[in-house]
Amino acid sequence: MSIQKKKKHMAFTLYTIIQTAILCTNAIAVLHEERFLSKIGWGVDQGVGGFGDDPGVRAQILNLIRSVRTVMRVPLIIVNSACIILLLLFG
Amino acid sequence: MEYTAAQSGFRQQHNMRLRNSSMDGSDGSQLFDDTSATGPGAQGVYRNQQAGPQAAGGLPGQSLLSDPMSNLAMAYGSSLASQGREMVDKNLDRFIPISKLKYYFAVDTVYVGKKLGILVFPYMHENWEVSYQQDIPVAPRFDVNAPDLYIPTMGFITYILVAGLALGTQNRFSPELLGVQASSALVWLIMEVLAVLLSLYLVTVNTDLTTIDLLAFSGYKYVGMILGVVAGLLFGKLAYYLSLLWCCAAIFVFMIRTLRLKLLSEAAAEGKLVRGARNQLRMYLTMSIAAAQPVFMYWLTYHLVR
Repeated sequence: MSIQKKKKHMAFTLYTIIQTAILCTNAIAVLHEERFLSKIGWGVDQGVGGFGDDPGVRAQILNLIRSVRTVMRVPLIIVNSACIILLLLFG
Repeated sequence: MEYTAAQSGFRQQHNMRLRNSSMDGSDGSQLFDDTSATGPGAQGVYRNQQAGPQAAGGLPGQSLLSDPMSNLAMAYGSSLASQGREMVDKNLDRFIPISKLKYYFAVDTVYVGKKLGILVFPYMHENWEVSYQQDIPVAPRFDVNAPDLYIPTMGFITYILVAGLALGTQNRFSPELLGVQASSALVWLIMEVLAVLLSLYLVTVNTDLTTIDLLAFSGYKYVGMILGVVAGLLFGKLAYYLSLLWCCAAIFVFMIRTLRLKLLSEAAAEGKLVRGARNQLRMYLTMSIAAAQPVFMYWLTYHLVR
């Protein structure tokens, strides 16, 4: 019983990294701009403020969300479709 | 991947031998044998490289080289192989900078000995700065503070072997478990490096720490883990906890002293108290990176020592 518990706990493979990356990128990409981000003050127009050399953590996070959503939109469509097809075929 | 390539290479050689012995009586047509030798070469470079010399060596008594068609086929096959190798080298160099990696492996015995000593006992070492030579950091052979990749790589491999040994003494060993240990440790390492990269991006630290430097720093904790597990195997659980405690404290001090010079601004790095939210954030970042090391050290070894 303890052996099974340990194996389930430690069975990290490189495949889980790919899964984690896809899931996290999907999570960032589905944050809707006007329904959600602007409501909590994280919109695109609310981040760019300081031009000094201290953008701050909040501005960096907003930049990151915006750039992930812009850059990864099309590749995510392709990767998600491939995942769906592979999971349908191979379970 | 090399394992399956070797397997397929052996299988192709076996098929070649079978086909050869069956064809020997009837015709012995060289053309059929040779295209089967170079046929799979179009599929993959590695298999061709392995099957080619093996097939050529495994056909005793066949006058392979006298036939012009076989010459042509072999020349075509070898040109395919060299083209494939060029393409692989060129593309690999685009993704993994091989020349930069060579810098990290330029070590010698004296450096390794001193570095291992600093990793276990960093309290007497005074000068933690990396010396530069015309804007490029000096090779690890000449400066004991420069990060290298030799110790982390060897440490990782030794950790996997020691884990296998530890599992073996508890009768829990099986060859798949080695692969599981290796891949899970690798995954934790990659996730740690990605987390550090993400937090460095968020705090906008202007530093010259490259990704490979971070990989090297994250790999230094394997030394402490190996010492802890070996002590636990030899002397029991108490020795494991004591040596792990010692190594955790040593790695903590080592990371803080090394990262302080790279992440913090110069005034703060010299020990003066600099006010400001940014410097405070950087200090927190340094402390959390250093504090994550003992956590990982314990997490990756406690299941090995019972």
